[in-house]
Amino acid sequence: MRITCTVNGTGQEVDDVWAGESLLYVLRERMGLPGAKNACEQGECGSCTVYLDGEPVCACLVAAGQAIGREVTTVEGLADGERLHPVQEAFVECGAVQCGFCTPGLVVAAHDLLERVPRPSDPEIREALAGNLCRCTGYEKILDAVRLAAERQTRR
Amino acid sequence: MDFLQPTTWSEALTLRAERPDALAIAGGTDVMVDLNFDRRRPGALLDLGRVAELREWQVAGDRVRLGAGVSYARVIEELGTQLPGLAMASRTVGSPQIRVRGTVGGNLGSSSPAGDAHPPLLAAGAAVEVASAARGSREIPLGEFYTGVKRNALAPDELIAAVLVPTATGPQQFSKIGTRNAMVIAVAAFACALHPDRRGVGTGIGSAAPTPRRAPDAEVFLAGELEGAGLWESRGELPETLARAFGERVAAAASPIDDVRGSAAYRLHSLAVMARRSVMWAWAQYQHDLRKAA
Ligand SMILES: Cc1cc2nc3c(=O)[nH]c(=O)nc-3n(C[C@H](O)[C@H](O)[C@H](O)COP(=O)(O)OP(=O)(O)OC[C@H]3O[C@@H](n4cnc5c(N)ncnc54)[C@H](O)[C@@H]3O)c2cc1C
Ligand code: FES
Ligand code: FES
Repeated sequence: MRITCTVNGTGQEVDDVWAGESLLYVLRERMGLPGAKNACEQGECGSCTVYLDGEPVCACLVAAGQAIGREVTTVEGLADGERLHPVQEAFVECGAVQCGFCTPGLVVAAHDLLERVPRPSDPEIREALAGNLCRCTGYEKILDAVRLAAERQTRR
Repeated sequence: MDFLQPTTWSEALTLRAERPDALAIAGGTDVMVDLNFDRRRPGALLDLGRVAELREWQVAGDRVRLGAGVSYARVIEELGTQLPGLAMASRTVGSPQIRVRGTVGGNLGSSSPAGDAHPPLLAAGAAVEVASAARGSREIPLGEFYTGVKRNALAPDELIAAVLVPTATGPQQFSKIGTRNAMVIAVAAFACALHPDRRGVGTGIGSAAPTPRRAPDAEVFLAGELEGAGLWESRGELPETLARAFGERVAAAASPIDDVRGSAAYRLHSLAVMARRSVMWAWAQYQHDLRKAA
């Protein structure tokens, strides 16, 4: 099956996709976009979080064909060229990244939160990130990063 | 494996009839897990995601007709007033990512005894609207829809069109026990609804029997006691003993098993507690509503 969709603003077309394949597999293995991570393949960890038509979803739970004609944004699409997005910058500065496996998903989830709620409360941050697991940081630094990004973005 | 992508409801029904080997997929939050783990290899996927009709809801008389493809996120956002019990339950489903994709129709399609949409829909007195290309549509009362563990009354050539849910006329509550707040399959769940218009009480039990089910004795008991004590009109205090007795009757309606998530004994205990608390909360709301109206 052929999949055509827009990924990070660019038209993509790939052939010979198996109908049972996930969007995550297509992004990583067929389009060369390994940003979204594959950890659990069952929606539990959030490391594969991408935007599908502007909504954050687990790419491992979207059938490839469901993305035909849609707009996908992955973590690779957030930075402005070499310049990191403020959310990414804040993750680096706050030490919210250790092994980094959860980071792409958390960055997309945090990005989505700040688009909707520019000054989130702590419970709002926790709720928004509840679908993303991190085995390294203990989450405190991640919360710091989201708070810092929120502060910087609203000050602009 | 083929990927079938109807864009209209009638096309979807035709494909459903033509391809008995196809597995319907809506949000994919159950189906994709099965595919990713090689648990299912259907001959085709029948993607319902492009059928616009399924994503609509409208008020039809005293019911809301909720298209099978409406996501939990939208139920929370758009239907908190009309369907408060379902909206409460939807808030507890998975994570934001799961609620954006997962649908109430998919929950019904899976018919897991642990599905969170079932208890509030049972308590509200909902029915499932199913349809086939050959026979048109029919309505199945929700209590008759579940036929066994992860089984339902859908015929092989049918799809779920919508769920028909009476608009709330009184407070509704939902409680769920699990190991943490996010991303939890219920160890046990309970929903109740007060129907002051007909002086009735609705219940729904989750994760504590082979199928989701109501607790009919508890419903009749509580409605009778409220009537007898004139509480529907007076909106006086709900006696704690009455709430407790209601909880015991709810637990008596369950037939749970021991499994990895919890023991049968714990499920019965937690059900009695959840039912008692839920009805106290609902009653407090009922008292408060009058003060608001006055
Ligand atoms: C990480 C994670 C957490 C979860 N947490 C919860 C939770 O807290 N509570 C809960 O209840 N569930 C939970 N689930 C399960 C799942 O999200 C729900 O059951 C959801 O409602 C399924 O909806 P869907 O649209 O994704 O269904 P799909 O996966 O697309 O389909 C599910 C089933 O329904 C059938 N189906 C779908 N639509 C129709 C239709 N219109 N007609 C006929 N058949 C149809 C499909 O063929 C399939 O058998 C979770 C899942 C994951 C992955
Ligand atoms: S890989 Fe998709 S949620 Fe874990
Ligand atoms: S940094 Fe290692 S999992 Fe989060």
